[in-house]
Amino acid sequence: MATTLDSTDTRNWTSRLRRRAQADLPYEKLMPGTQPAYVASWIYVFGVLTLVSLGVVILTGTVLTLFGPTWWHTSSSGHFVNSLHFWSVQLFFLFMIIHLWGKFWMAAWRGRRARTWITGMIAFMVSVFAGLTGYVIQTNFDSQWVAFEAKDGLNAMGIGAFFNVANFGQMLMVHIFLLPAVVGLLVVLHVLWVRIRGVVPPIDADRVEAAVESEAAVDAEVVAP
Amino acid sequence: MSAISDRQRQLELEPWTGPKRHYDIVKEGVIALVVVSVIVVACAALIGSPDVPALTFKGWATDQPQNFVATTVGELAGTTESAGYGGPYNANGDGQAIGPINPAKVVGVHIPIDTANDFVINPLRSQQQPQVVTDAINQWESATPYQRITWATNLDNALNDPNGANGDPSKVPNGDYGPVPNLATGLMLMAQSGALDGILPAPGQFYNADNTKQILFMGDGSYLDDAGTAYHLQGDQWGMMNETGNYPGQQWLMPFSFWYQLPIFNSDEESGLAATLTANGDIYILTIIGVLFLVFMLIPFIPGLRSIPRWIPVHRLIWRSYYRRG
Repeated sequence: MATTLDSTDTRNWTSRLRRRAQADLPYEKLMPGTQPAYVASWIYVFGVLTLVSLGVVILTGTVLTLFGPTWWHTSSSGHFVNSLHFWSVQLFFLFMIIHLWGKFWMAAWRGRRARTWITGMIAFMVSVFAGLTGYVIQTNFDSQWVAFEAKDGLNAMGIGAFFNVANFGQMLMVHIFLLPAVVGLLVVLHVLWVRIRGVVPPIDADRVEAAVESEAAVDAEVVAP
Repeated sequence: MSAISDRQRQLELEPWTGPKRHYDIVKEGVIALVVVSVIVVACAALIGSPDVPALTFKGWATDQPQNFVATTVGELAGTTESAGYGGPYNANGDGQAIGPINPAKVVGVHIPIDTANDFVINPLRSQQQPQVVTDAINQWESATPYQRITWATNLDNALNDPNGANGDPSKVPNGDYGPVPNLATGLMLMAQSGALDGILPAPGQFYNADNTKQILFMGDGSYLDDAGTAYHLQGDQWGMMNETGNYPGQQWLMPFSFWYQLPIFNSDEESGLAATLTANGDIYILTIIGVLFLVFMLIPFIPGLRSIPRWIPVHRLIWRSYYRRG
């Protein structure tokens, strides 16, 4: 008897992964054309502002990477690109902190959305370390001072032996590859989980919906002959 | 506060079936990108970014030669911060601890630093020196460890005597200092020439990408510290949150820097709780921050804390247009 090549074969890892992705995240969820009506506040804008700021951080950082860590001290173009990187980092953290507090006050972890909250928090902490490593690879006075000050805290926790802020080479590699990769991965997971679970409904939405349904029922009775 | 209803749980768990609005995720992203790009370009063009040149050993030895010499003597005597730091640099100090918990000691020495050899003798040895300095190096290296420490400590004490030299090498009285004065002067001359800046991290090596020795040695003197004070970057001045010039620094470190401003972590007491917390401030503060972070991260699972957003109705403001429906 000939074997049937069935793409729905449950033993096929690729088929299982595809079916799971299609079930959890169809294109309508990934790129929606509508949102629940309650997604109508300026606070929602800070999530996407954080994302695009991260994009600008990575883009400007890539240009700095191409020309090397001391280029910006001797070139006006380099200094301008460094300024773009500097301000995009400032905006990234500003938007991320507002986004984080906004989600806190929405209790956005409700309805099995805890992993979205946790990945967001971890992304924030990893970003803090990414920022620190950026400061110590500027190859200027700032780098000297931040490295000298930061080493004591890290050494006190036993971390400094493996994460040495005075080791320029280690910090450069960590800053331009390792931490951006981790932040990028966390952000992708974070956004995918937002799309899979949807934006959390308002606190006490049950009362609002019940009141609306009750009004609708009364209207229907009035209209009915 | 009323319990959460089954209907509310259902609304939170299931796809939303209530009223919807149009939403263009791509358009929103493009507009956000344009807005952020405009702000970033405007700030970069109008305000720029800070870039204060790095301090050098040449600058230190030229601007503060007395302090440079005194620090060099301290490195030989083992009295500087780096010499007695402990882990991960050496075993000469205990490091910070919370009670019996001492991570630096547990981790041990991973980045070995011997201040006398790494900061003074090896850099001097790597260059051709005047005969008096070469003789001093030979005399130092042929002496016993006890003799070396005795010479260096004698000079260190004499230099730092507030009623005597008070930091001025030219006012040090005669004493049993062995080759130490010539070693310190030799290193100062080497630094003033600019040679020490390139040699210190890896004497005799072609490549170098590790600045640990430079950062530690420079931090042992007053040159780096004075510059930090001048730029308002000290820990009790909100430290790393600040930036040179009028630029924003790492503002996101405010929850961390905040603790260093408290008198109990910033005390002049020599004994008691405040003295202990100040001496071990870094480990206490980082532990506090670590615990707070874990609590905040795991808040979805912590009864009581996870209900704070229900009790303090900021959400009424966020969803005010939605609540008007009901």
